[in-house]
Amino acid sequence: MASSHGTPPVFNNKVIAWIDHRLPIFSYIEKEYHTFPTPRNFNYFWNFGAIATVMLVLMIATGVVLATNYTPHVLMAFDSVERIDRDVPQGWLIRDLHMNGASFFFIAVYVHIFRGMYYGSYKAPRELLWILGVVIFLLMMATAFMGYVLPWGQMSFWGATVITSLFSAIPVVGDSIVTWLWGGFSIGNPTLNRFYALHYLLPFVIVAVVALHVVALHVHGSNNPTGIDPKGPQDTVPFHPYYTMKDGFGVVVFLIVYSLVVFFAPDMLGDAANYIPADPLVTPTHIVPEWYFLPFYAILRAVPDKLGGVIAMFGAIAVLFILPWLDTSRVRSCTFRPIYKWFMLLLVADVVVLGWCGYNPPAGFFIPLSQVATLYYFFHFLILLPILGKIERPLPMPPSIADAVLKKKAG
Amino acid sequence: MRRLIVSGAIALAALVAGTGAVVLAAGTEVHPKHQHWHFQGPFGTYDRAAAQRGYQIYAEVCSACHSLSLLAYRNLMELGLTDNQVKGLIKDIVVPDLNDDGQPIERPARLSDRFRKPFPNELAAAAANNGKAPPDLSVIVKAREGGADYIYSLLTGYVPYDKLTPAQIKEFSIGKDDNFNTYFPGHRIAMAPPLADDKVTYADGTKATLDREASDVTEFLAWASEPWMEDRKRTGVRVILFLLALAGLMYAVKRQVWADKH
Amino acid sequence: MASSSVPADGHGDPTRRDFLMVATGALGAVGAAAVAWPFINNLNPAADTLALASIEVNVKPIELGQAITVSWRGKPVFIRHRTAENIKEAVAVPMSELPDPQTDASRVTDTAKKVRPEWLIMIGVCTHLGCVPLGNKPGQDKGPYGGWYCPCHGSAYDTSGRIRKGPAPLNLAIPQYLFLSDSLVRIG
Repeated sequence: MASSHGTPPVFNNKVIAWIDHRLPIFSYIEKEYHTFPTPRNFNYFWNFGAIATVMLVLMIATGVVLATNYTPHVLMAFDSVERIDRDVPQGWLIRDLHMNGASFFFIAVYVHIFRGMYYGSYKAPRELLWILGVVIFLLMMATAFMGYVLPWGQMSFWGATVITSLFSAIPVVGDSIVTWLWGGFSIGNPTLNRFYALHYLLPFVIVAVVALHVVALHVHGSNNPTGIDPKGPQDTVPFHPYYTMKDGFGVVVFLIVYSLVVFFAPDMLGDAANYIPADPLVTPTHIVPEWYFLPFYAILRAVPDKLGGVIAMFGAIAVLFILPWLDTSRVRSCTFRPIYKWFMLLLVADVVVLGWCGYNPPAGFFIPLSQVATLYYFFHFLILLPILGKIERPLPMPPSIADAVLKKKAG
Repeated sequence: MRRLIVSGAIALAALVAGTGAVVLAAGTEVHPKHQHWHFQGPFGTYDRAAAQRGYQIYAEVCSACHSLSLLAYRNLMELGLTDNQVKGLIKDIVVPDLNDDGQPIERPARLSDRFRKPFPNELAAAAANNGKAPPDLSVIVKAREGGADYIYSLLTGYVPYDKLTPAQIKEFSIGKDDNFNTYFPGHRIAMAPPLADDKVTYADGTKATLDREASDVTEFLAWASEPWMEDRKRTGVRVILFLLALAGLMYAVKRQVWADKH
Repeated sequence: MASSSVPADGHGDPTRRDFLMVATGALGAVGAAAVAWPFINNLNPAADTLALASIEVNVKPIELGQAITVSWRGKPVFIRHRTAENIKEAVAVPMSELPDPQTDASRVTDTAKKVRPEWLIMIGVCTHLGCVPLGNKPGQDKGPYGGWYCPCHGSAYDTSGRIRKGPAPLNLAIPQYLFLSDSLVRIG
């Protein structure tokens, strides 16, 4: 039954054959997840797409169950979350999985994005694949932000106030937009209700975009650490069992780290102030968003102008959309880019520094630091990337993936 | 891949070294006293006896001003008390309710009732306490940076007015009737020192020192913040062991599958 | 299916490989089942709901001939302090006249088998289509048999809460209850 790519599979089981003749789901699975030719040289960075998918499914499953016990009302939301923890059978488990799951979903996606950037996976012919990925990232940010509002603690309330107020920076219509977002004159019950509705809806939109992301991926197949396209069967292996097993192993290792946090430090990534019920009259001394937003939050605060800060923050994500056209290099992978490789790692350090600036109050030394880091961020994408691609001389590349693998084995 | 990890590690190490220096320079705030708690660590459990004494402190001292609204009296059975023991503890407590005619009444508390609140609502609580309602204590240990250490430090961190230096009095504008607490942000705290030696007479005969009282009530409040903690850790140990076994098997399978490609 | 697609070119002993696959698959299946349970268990009644599964009622304030309604598990429970006349009337009814034959004594026995004819404790939900019958409060229509009367479809119950006339098929249900003392009863 293991057919080679291209010829339709023959199913011996009559029921499967009957269904497949009318709705070819089994042919699809066979073609896309079994015999699908996949570069044979993936490293463990290539696990993170599968890991992110597992986290998405886990977030939806835990989220749906949490929704059966949660009450989206300003007077009851905080207590209903505590009731899930205290009274609902194993409710604490589902909630700890969900609230830490958001963080681990972002960890998986950030590693996935880094891998795409380091190995040039966004370059032709995978530009749309990359753009769909950025869309998923944006949807995730919106979903996570609204989800964080639901427990209705102090950070929920004030985080929502600060982030929605960003839109007031828009000239002329800004204030009307904010009032429209809130459904009132401040964050209140209408806001909580609509955030709940959208927080339930958006994950399914993410699922749809992920489906498009996978379809786009399977048109030209995966990139690989060398960035060289496979030239024949000697360069690829069937997806199953080679990568199903490798992904499975990677997923389990990731779940171990995730479980350590869920079971032994469930509040490590959260903020203590979110265990204080929302109080519209008292702002916490130090408002910080969840860690996965910190670099963007730092960019927002680095610009000493309200509208400018908002533009810079959204620009930091917008620049990712045009990344495939900013990179002028003719090789994909940083493995063969001796200079850019270091700048790529510097960008990672820069984003970590931005995150650290975002975590700390905007005072003293953090103000210039965040400004320098913000400048580097944009310098990297808008200036360095287009110029360096033209002047950098790539390292000699092996003629094929198989050659690269054999050479590595020998050396 | 290996080279990538190495260079990443170098970059991270440089970063950590840089940030460490800055953090040291910035650290001027008072950190809570570090205590050893029975419930800390991956296998830690609540000290039932201490938590029961802590409930006595809450009931006799804290509950005059602080609510514990997320807990029900039935929850006390999780501290190792039988239902009759809990009924004995709450036999004098009355809770507000409505009678059949909709008139407010007070009736004896039942196991299923939430803890009685000292004030009917937030506004009344604020009015009775110089304009600021005392915080609910249900999740106080999770709601403060420093957790149990902070609560314990706060309860034992009062400095009487005559022991303060003139510089402290001036810097934090402390009056004769104000309370100075070493660990409270800004040091001026509305709550008068709640505990003292022999503030209560422990039912189990333990000597009630200030230190004992503070650590007992903190143990109780830590439990109140997360009564399911022991279940969480137990489940965690099982899940991790299971996943380690599964990871080992998956790795063996993966190696087997890839044997002819490496 | 998984093992059939592993290239069989001599790497590893096939039985060992099959064993590994089966063991991993089995462990994975156990894990999946274990993960499914908390999701299902989450929808079971929560501890605060269960804490209200039984309630204690002080019946001392109910005067002779009066009744109260208490809420138990989301349903009304009628507690009537019956007069000697009520009891006599209920006991006198011949079984042959009852659509759902039950003696009066069997309806006033608590879980400790103690009979207290003066206290009738019933779930106040008509056994026809779930309306709450009238007759528990003074001044309400008690129906032709002096007990309760369901206004929805005209079912009439006697002083023992037994169906006498109308579409309801069964007597008003008796919950499990136990008198903890002469004045305190635990329902549920």
